[in-house]
Amino acid sequence: MTDPVNVPGRWEREFPLQTVIEEDGSADPARVTLTDAKALDLFRWMILSREMDERMVQLQRQGRIAFYIGAIGEEATVLGTVAGMEERDWLFPSYREHAGALYRGMPFVTFVCDLLGNAGDRMLGHQMPCHEAWAPGRFVSISAPIATQVPQAVGAAWAARIRGDDMVSLTWFGEGATSANDFHTGANFAGVHKVPVIMVCRNNGWAISVPRELQTASETIAQKAVAYGIHGERVDGNDLLAVHAATQRARVRAASGLGPTLLECVTYRVEGHSTSDDPRAYRGAEEVDAWRDRDPILRLGRYLTWRKLLPPDEVEALRAEARERIRRAVEDAETFAPKPSIQTLFQGVYAEPLWQQREQLDELRAAVAEDPRTSHPR
Amino acid sequence: MPTLNIIQAVNDALRQEMRRDPTVVILGEDVGKFGGVFRASQGLQEEFGKDRVIDTPLAESGVIGTAVGMALYGLRPVPEIQFADFIFPAMDQIVSEVAKFRYRSGGQYTCPMVIRTPYGGGIRGGHYHSQSPEAHFIHTAGLKVVVPSNPHDAKGLLTSAIRDPDPVLFFEPKRMYRAARGEVPDGEVVVPIGKARVTREGRHVTLIAWGAMWHEADQAAREAADLGIECEVLDLRTLQPLDIDAIVESVQKTGRAVVVHEAPRTCGFGAEISALIQERCFLHLEAPVARVTGFDTPFPYTLESEYLPRAPRILKAVREVMAF
Ligand SMILES: Cc1ncc(C[n+]2csc(CCOP(=O)(O)OP(=O)(O)O)c2C)c(N)n1
Repeated sequence: MTDPVNVPGRWEREFPLQTVIEEDGSADPARVTLTDAKALDLFRWMILSREMDERMVQLQRQGRIAFYIGAIGEEATVLGTVAGMEERDWLFPSYREHAGALYRGMPFVTFVCDLLGNAGDRMLGHQMPCHEAWAPGRFVSISAPIATQVPQAVGAAWAARIRGDDMVSLTWFGEGATSANDFHTGANFAGVHKVPVIMVCRNNGWAISVPRELQTASETIAQKAVAYGIHGERVDGNDLLAVHAATQRARVRAASGLGPTLLECVTYRVEGHSTSDDPRAYRGAEEVDAWRDRDPILRLGRYLTWRKLLPPDEVEALRAEARERIRRAVEDAETFAPKPSIQTLFQGVYAEPLWQQREQLDELRAAVAEDPRTSHPR
Repeated sequence: MPTLNIIQAVNDALRQEMRRDPTVVILGEDVGKFGGVFRASQGLQEEFGKDRVIDTPLAESGVIGTAVGMALYGLRPVPEIQFADFIFPAMDQIVSEVAKFRYRSGGQYTCPMVIRTPYGGGIRGGHYHSQSPEAHFIHTAGLKVVVPSNPHDAKGLLTSAIRDPDPVLFFEPKRMYRAARGEVPDGEVVVPIGKARVTREGRHVTLIAWGAMWHEADQAAREAADLGIECEVLDLRTLQPLDIDAIVESVQKTGRAVVVHEAPRTCGFGAEISALIQERCFLHLEAPVARVTGFDTPFPYTLESEYLPRAPRILKAVREVMAF
């Protein structure tokens, strides 16, 4: 029996996929929110992000870093959103938005030191790779548990409103995270209290091996906004101009007291979930290839070409420039000692160490002195 | 000096800290207009407004999760979890987030907050309104854990907790909320975190307790005195950071220790205290360290008097360590 209520396509019509860049690279100037210079700058950032992700996977394969998780194919979603916010706004990342940390000023070499967990690691070797924090850029510390950042972003924006600051916070998460308790809780709290927050779902089709269809029976992610009484939008997440415009709109709404937006960016995770994953075990090449043709960098490149901003060999030059930056960052990062000093193990659990921790540090130091193998990997 | 109960003392501390520091905010279920189901925040929304005393939707992970964001942004949240038994939906936020922010960001972000919650049995509440989950939090590095036993300490410790740079779990003994009354100064009262108090001196046995169980230990000590046994009673007040010096000093004097807590025995905090005493007072001990605790069952409804480690069971343990 066909369902008379849940008509297929109903919600896709209600939340249409918004695009700005047409197939041929053209765009309606009235809908473009980026200057040429800014569009070109973000193109550079997307290329840097792509080259970095590819290089870091290589380093992982070579055994130089233990793990990597990137955003290949999702660059427009990450950079379009971060560029749509103001400098003072806080960002609550999941674990693919490293380009956002760099965009907010985290030195590249610091980022690589974090991947290496070495003596230059700003996180003191306390977290596995790709869990950076960069407070000077209001890029909040990344954690692994899914969706915990959502209510936190709500809380920060709420606090800003209480203090009378014009600050909107933004949080990113995958579509898998929309099944998690904290997504629901965060959206609900934000809705009830009209908190100035933007919840960006990177709907990249997969949560490790679980496809989007097994995550939710909702036709779109954006429609979930309806149940929380908040605004929802669905944009083509591979279209940087569409993502940027939607983020700016959501920011204006939030800042003018109209409350949160759930922004669904439809994109695709072109590579494995992380370096620990082999997606050939659960999905076919045709699906992936189809999305490779919809590459967000090619897409913006077509727009820039249409705008006559991109001479034919410019892309190659930009890629070479990015690779050189990455090479230098890795080289500089590898000059640091491979490990932070032993007392950093106990540093920063509390403002002041406990007596237990002081004793344990002494105990560990004595053990290392007595038998240096204590410090060696097995 | 006014005589207050614990609820009034908590309310007093909250009010004073909110007056002193405009970044202090309260949030939780029913805490605003109603003033909390135990009335700990009574009258505060009237005085400080809805932006500072916030009625949230019913979701503990949201209460703590949004409090994290507020703390990161520079507010000093004091979230209330209505009963400690309902803290578990927020466990992920507390254990994975609150406790780890400073460490995982290399000190770039901190989230100081005080999570207040009523705990403990003896109120005919069954297992969902009676538990004592302190050990979960002591076991999580990055959290401090405080349990006052009386109104004076409730006010003084809550004041310190709100000013502390680290996140604090503040367990309030709900059975004693109105039963424990005492003099509490009107103005600022500060009881430092990390300091135990010797509430009774004695030379034969050290009784170590906190929260509602301190009252049982004190009762047992009085009854022991009638038998000629002099108990020294220690109210730990803070479980993390633990005042190890106070414990060692007392046990090295008495040579005997009985640890009392409501939570189940296995992996309860008494196990840790017992291990520490054994490590530090071995040559002073006249008897094995005894534990008088709840049993390894969910908290029962009908047999709660039997379950709770009350004075008679404590007294029995005292006599046994004396006779060892
Ligand atoms: C609470 C929790 N459960 C499981 C995991 C393991 N895990 C890490 S990423 C992931 C999939 C997340 O998918 P999604 O939210 O769609 O984000 P994406 O990785 O696609 O960007 C899982 C299951 C986790 N990190 N946290």
